[in-house]
Amino acid sequence: MRVDVEDIYRQVRKAARSRGVEDIEAIIAGSNESLTRFANNAIHQNVAERSTHLSIRPVIGSRTARASTNRLDPAGIDEVVEQAIAITRLTEPDPDLPPLAEEAEYPEGDRHFEETALTTPEERARAVAEAIRVVESAGQTAAGIYSTGESSFVLLNSWGASAWHQETMARFSITAMAADSSGWAKGSACDRGALDPLALAQSASRKAAAARAPRELAPGRYTVILEPAAVLDLAGQMFSDFSATAIRDGRSFLNDRIGKKLFGDNITIHDDVAHPLQSGAFFDGEGVPRKRLTLVERGVVRDIAYSRQSAALAGVEPTGHGFPLPNEYGEAPVNIVIAGGDTTAEQMVATTGHGILVTRLWYIREVDPYEKIFTGMTRDGTFLVEGGRVTAGLRNFRFNQGLIEMLSNVEMLSEPVRAAGEETFDMVVPAMKVREFNFTEVTRF
Amino acid sequence: MKDLALSALDAVARRGVTYADARLVETREREVTTKNGKAGHVASAESLGIGIRVLAFGCWGFAATDDLTREGIEAAAALALDIARAGTAARKQDVALAPEEKHESVWVSPCRIDPFSVPVDRNLALLLAVDAELRRNPGVNLAETSMHFERRRQVFASTLGSLIDQTRVASGAGFSALSYKEGEIQKRSYPNSFGGQYQLKGYELVDELDLPGHAPRVAEEAVALHSAAQCPEGEFDLVLDSSQLGLQIHESIGHPIELDRVLGSEANYAGMSFLTLDQLHRLRYGSDIVNVECDARLEHGPGLGTFAFDDEGVPAQCTDIIRAGQFTGYMTSRETAAAIGQPRSNGCMRADGWSRLPLIRMTNVSLQPGGQSLDEVFGVDHGIYMETNRSWSIDDKRYHFQFGCEIGWEIRHGKRVRMLKNPSYSGITTEFWNACAAIAGPEHWTLWGVPNCGKGQPEQVMGTGHGASPARFRKIKVGSAYAG
Repeated sequence: MRVDVEDIYRQVRKAARSRGVEDIEAIIAGSNESLTRFANNAIHQNVAERSTHLSIRPVIGSRTARASTNRLDPAGIDEVVEQAIAITRLTEPDPDLPPLAEEAEYPEGDRHFEETALTTPEERARAVAEAIRVVESAGQTAAGIYSTGESSFVLLNSWGASAWHQETMARFSITAMAADSSGWAKGSACDRGALDPLALAQSASRKAAAARAPRELAPGRYTVILEPAAVLDLAGQMFSDFSATAIRDGRSFLNDRIGKKLFGDNITIHDDVAHPLQSGAFFDGEGVPRKRLTLVERGVVRDIAYSRQSAALAGVEPTGHGFPLPNEYGEAPVNIVIAGGDTTAEQMVATTGHGILVTRLWYIREVDPYEKIFTGMTRDGTFLVEGGRVTAGLRNFRFNQGLIEMLSNVEMLSEPVRAAGEETFDMVVPAMKVREFNFTEVTRF
Repeated sequence: MKDLALSALDAVARRGVTYADARLVETREREVTTKNGKAGHVASAESLGIGIRVLAFGCWGFAATDDLTREGIEAAAALALDIARAGTAARKQDVALAPEEKHESVWVSPCRIDPFSVPVDRNLALLLAVDAELRRNPGVNLAETSMHFERRRQVFASTLGSLIDQTRVASGAGFSALSYKEGEIQKRSYPNSFGGQYQLKGYELVDELDLPGHAPRVAEEAVALHSAAQCPEGEFDLVLDSSQLGLQIHESIGHPIELDRVLGSEANYAGMSFLTLDQLHRLRYGSDIVNVECDARLEHGPGLGTFAFDDEGVPAQCTDIIRAGQFTGYMTSRETAAAIGQPRSNGCMRADGWSRLPLIRMTNVSLQPGGQSLDEVFGVDHGIYMETNRSWSIDDKRYHFQFGCEIGWEIRHGKRVRMLKNPSYSGITTEFWNACAAIAGPEHWTLWGVPNCGKGQPEQVMGTGHGASPARFRKIKVGSAYAG
């Protein structure tokens, strides 16, 4: 981070004390992100942004509020502390407000890669140019992004919590478009060396070619092979419900379902920040170390996430999944790992007599919050599978599918991979073969 | 602020560029929420930074920083130029811009009551009163209320000589009641879902909404939905309230008319558009009574898409999008206007802050009011009325959509006779708009704010405006969300 965090925190404490406030939390977050975007086989948007934010939360009795700024000169720091204290004094007391978090030990984990942080515009442009060449040489048109960056997050408070995290992230996404079809691939990793833009470009291009002259299939219930990105974007919609606060509020589909068998025997899901394919800080927004949770074990809903407040209300230990206070959502698991199996996606196709292979899903929205029905579209590579092989591209479908039903109908799982989509955050998930997936309508392409 | 913007522009212009602009943006925000009788998120935020955009070597470069020291700005200027240079590795043709005049202006959006002059405890007192009213109904499990205020001052300077100082004040407020009962969750919101109503106004918006006055009805409807009949599946004449119609306009007209989508710029993320260039002035988008405009001017109303100049210094304009059902126009930027041979941008470029590049964004895309009374709009033997969005989804070319609403009513002989739960409808964009049979008059027209429109990579969240009156559509597919 380009600022002196300790010095900023000293100024925060001094400004708070001068106003008679001892209990205070400071979050200092910085980012330096760059993104090269391409379309029509050319780079068309190419950006970089650099910022640092200071966010202050005093605790005065049972009141708290938050003020933030990116003005980190002495006057800016003093003003944000003054503002935070002023609105805290005007807010309503919360008898359930926990005191500031205490000092804690955090697991070690290095997610910052210097080479990724220092990636130049030229390096991104070269990789993009090579990817474009792959697609263009197939007579197709490429669009996508290559982003690299670093971020840091530090939480310090007057009760001794001192939580530091920094990481890098690289993302490459590409859409290859042919006359009447398209293909897509995306990857992300803390270390850009783990990304292979060229391989992603080749995959997208192959899909676009294979999907040409798409046929229209009547909507209905089909066996589907969902590639990891499709699993991610659909299954990923349910994890904010694995929250003690959501359950207490009555907005979770797990109301009256904890401990019950909800999904198939082959569904086991963890929240595991330490998983080697995961990213993110080893502590939560309150400075509590993240614990590994078994959210679902052989289809049975087991653990849920607790913030410090919801844990105290339930008489249990916090799990380290709280959002920065104050907030109304409490907590959620954010490092999802869905256990897989030993079948490859190719084997799933080979064992399918009549079905549909789905590359990705798009514009997913909740239709029913308790039955967890979601709607959305297929996109960029939807294929007919007949007699154990891909035989044609298909026009895209709309689905209306219940997640409980879907995760009860999984017939095969692949080895899990780090998957990146556009509808939720990155997770570690397998491909899945699912029976009776509910496609309700077909679009025009 | 003007000096800073001009010095940033100078820092990049003297390095030799075809064109450059600098936007110095200062924002102040306040968010206050409550949940079940307690303060929820009480927060204020301030931000100040600069975005420098350059056109050099035939390519765009953009760098943004909140380090506003001389060194910080110099570094950002140099980086913007480096980025533009790097773009030559994958350049097909030099970027060309439609001409624009030099503009010098100071503009402040109308605001009767500065929302930041109203103390937080007064915000909370009102929201907690609404919250208490909602929870007087024992069937309500979760009462949530919110207010959001933003003041954004932006100084724009460009190598055309433009220097534009704009300040916009926007406010939003609303509430919802959620009821969980025996394995079913139902919810009602006021005045709209996902945070309520947002407009380019000060605190007067909160006063106008009369939040406490609507709380008892909203709570009662949330609870009553549990015992309502399931919305049937089939083809029905469909009446939509103006807020749902606003979102229908947003998704099935607003996004497809973005010319950058049409030309492929968004293909990897938001998608493209069925409105290919050959459709302009040829496509029958809707029925004869469908007239849609894209209007950023203040005379259109206090929308989230109202301003004096867009973020590349082009004045606010009104563009016909659909005239008597015929497709007549796109939303453009200087680059995309030039790409299709139009003489000038119609001023739709906006960025969601100093750190982001301007993109073509909806301003106020509105359906003009019709000539029918509300009784005439509801004048069908058998139909379904839907109110307040619950879910929305549309394909990446904007053909096929599905919307769910919080509440529905069966219409018999022009009257609402029976509450329906879980209503949804779906269709193909042009078929839907060609089925428009009646639009209520101007007395029922509301300019809605959509505060959360996402687009671009990195994603930007923008506020857009959509005016609509309740309208009726013939033979629309209803209920497929729960089919199968």
